[in-house]
Amino acid sequence: MPLAARSTPLLEVKDLRASFRTEDGIVRAVDGVSFTVGEGEVVGIVGESGSGKSVTMLSVMRLIADPNVIYSGEILYKGRNLMALSKDAMREVRGEEISMIFQDPMTSLNPVYNVGWQIEEQLNEHYELGKGRSRRRAIELLAQVGIPRPEERIDDYPHQFSGGMRQRVMIALALSCNPDLLIADEPTTALDVTIQAQILELIKNLKRDFGSAVVMITHDLGVVADIADRILVMYAGRIVEEGNKEQIFYDPQHPYTWGLLGSIARLDRPKARRLTAIAGQPPSLINRPQGCSFRPRCPQAFDRCRVDDPNLTEKVGDGHLDACHLSVEDKQTRRDATINPELAETG
Amino acid sequence: MNSQNGGALLQAEHVVKYFPIKRGILIQREVARVHAVDDVSLEVQRGETIGLVGESGCGKSTFGRSIVRLFPLTDGRIIFDGQDISKLSRRDLRPVRRELQIIFQDPYASLNPRKRVGQIVGAPLAIHGIGDRNERKRQVQELLEKVGLSPEHYNRYPHEFSGGQRQRIGVARALALRPKLVIADEPVSALDVSIQAQVINLLADLQDEFDLTYVFIAHDLGVVRHVSDRIAVMYLGKIVELSPAEELYERPIMPYTEALLSAVPIPDPRESEARERIVLEGDVPSPINPPSGCRFHPRCRYATDICTNLEPPLVDYGNGHLAACHHPLNVDKETLARATVDERRSPAEADEGAKPTEPAQRAR
Repeated sequence: MPLAARSTPLLEVKDLRASFRTEDGIVRAVDGVSFTVGEGEVVGIVGESGSGKSVTMLSVMRLIADPNVIYSGEILYKGRNLMALSKDAMREVRGEEISMIFQDPMTSLNPVYNVGWQIEEQLNEHYELGKGRSRRRAIELLAQVGIPRPEERIDDYPHQFSGGMRQRVMIALALSCNPDLLIADEPTTALDVTIQAQILELIKNLKRDFGSAVVMITHDLGVVADIADRILVMYAGRIVEEGNKEQIFYDPQHPYTWGLLGSIARLDRPKARRLTAIAGQPPSLINRPQGCSFRPRCPQAFDRCRVDDPNLTEKVGDGHLDACHLSVEDKQTRRDATINPELAETG
Repeated sequence: MNSQNGGALLQAEHVVKYFPIKRGILIQREVARVHAVDDVSLEVQRGETIGLVGESGCGKSTFGRSIVRLFPLTDGRIIFDGQDISKLSRRDLRPVRRELQIIFQDPYASLNPRKRVGQIVGAPLAIHGIGDRNERKRQVQELLEKVGLSPEHYNRYPHEFSGGQRQRIGVARALALRPKLVIADEPVSALDVSIQAQVINLLADLQDEFDLTYVFIAHDLGVVRHVSDRIAVMYLGKIVELSPAEELYERPIMPYTEALLSAVPIPDPRESEARERIVLEGDVPSPINPPSGCRFHPRCRYATDICTNLEPPLVDYGNGHLAACHHPLNVDKETLARATVDERRSPAEADEGAKPTEPAQRAR
């Protein structure tokens, strides 16, 4: 953990595993994940559906109530192990220390209460401000997240807001107790690009104005290109590549990251005849393939990938980690042709 | 008009779709209308892919569904393959529907969970009485293979498939009747980026193989540019810009298009930082009471008084590039002088006098 060495990180996850007992067998949704989030740092977690990104962060919040989940590992927040906290102590951490916003802002707000009530409830739970002051604070929060006429809108119900405005309400709710860590789980996936741009701008400003650390979960690398300091790429319950954004975008090491980059229909490049899709589907998390989990979909796979499961190690230096057997030289020669074969052809 | 559009597979002329808002329990009366599609004219050429883009609520899906007559039009005409289908009865529509198919956005909601894949993909064949049981099974299995699934999936249920695979089932169903025109309504927006690429490549292959014409509705401009030959940008029920695909990205004329393009995230940190991003204030206004004049004026940074008062007509700037704006961007004086109001596609009351006279200047 090279970044951890600088100072104690805000959040340190050590060898986190989360498995679900199901009728078909044990689903290893998160399978040995370790990472850190520094104070005020924006970390992007990228991967396809089912790669374990949401389960990882829901585990940090201890929000998985399923009795069939089996955990192991440590989650250290400011040095305290959250896994060992009682339910009541964890309730205090949630909202006040760490808060979370979700993909679908309609289902995450309560439709039968107005938004003011929902924000005030949280304020009173943590601070006991009293009626007048909590209302004033709620209006202030709505203004901060850019909701016009907050003193009127505070009495409106969630259905009276548009999708983008609802997501702003969610952010106001998440910020109400000045958390040090904000977890955003696909916060813009359900929104239009114009509204997505507004919400990303807002999250960027939060980092600047409040110094909150942000963990941003997404399946779209474009979304984190702008705001993330560091990026974790997850596949099949594990981190397969980790690095700062310059490293991930300009010097990606894992063929899965290449695939993700190649899949995007980019506006900043000449139009490609075909997109470089990643073939096939993510593997079953019950019967993980032998060797490297990405091997069945990887055009670069060779014999060793079949038997030997690669570990996440630092090969190129500078805190840039990846889990792939290819040598650094091989990667360099094959990368461009994989991400964009047409561009590579024409030189 | 017909000789001029000999190649058009579909012509939509002044299509209007309002949804009434009713009040009252026993005696219902109409109190307002949602102006979902408001005088849209567009022709689709054989073999092309036309992209329809715009924010949620701009009417792109309603327009797509109007084309296949999923509901009656409030006004206007749809001419498909030389035949006016806008007033056909349900029964008369049947043969037309064989040639007009639709792929829906949500692969979870658009497949009946109680039916097997074979029944789902075979349903259009059964409805139109094509072949006997064995023949249909053979055709369905062939289709499944064509869309990248396996013939053994015939007896499975939708829940056994991932999102991307379900969308392939939806594609197979749409192609079962060998249609001429396929409306793809946000076919990839519910999918992961990596799976989106698979489905987009599949749609391109099928277009070549079956000579398909696509109307591709999406809000992701990157995806739309990749698949489209021409693109129509919609805003609050109107087409505000229509252009060959590459030209729209290089030289947007309507400020709304400019803002939409600048909002697309670029997966390149340095470029992303260097780029000017126009963040549009606020949401799309209500289509119940659309703003006067140019409907985009409350969010437009170039807007002046004329935009509030006068609706801009669609102006032809040459090379098939049309835009409806009083303050066009990326247009020099010469092009502007040559430009003409497109009367066929513009609302009836538009005239030459409403043509813009000078390029855009930043007013705010």
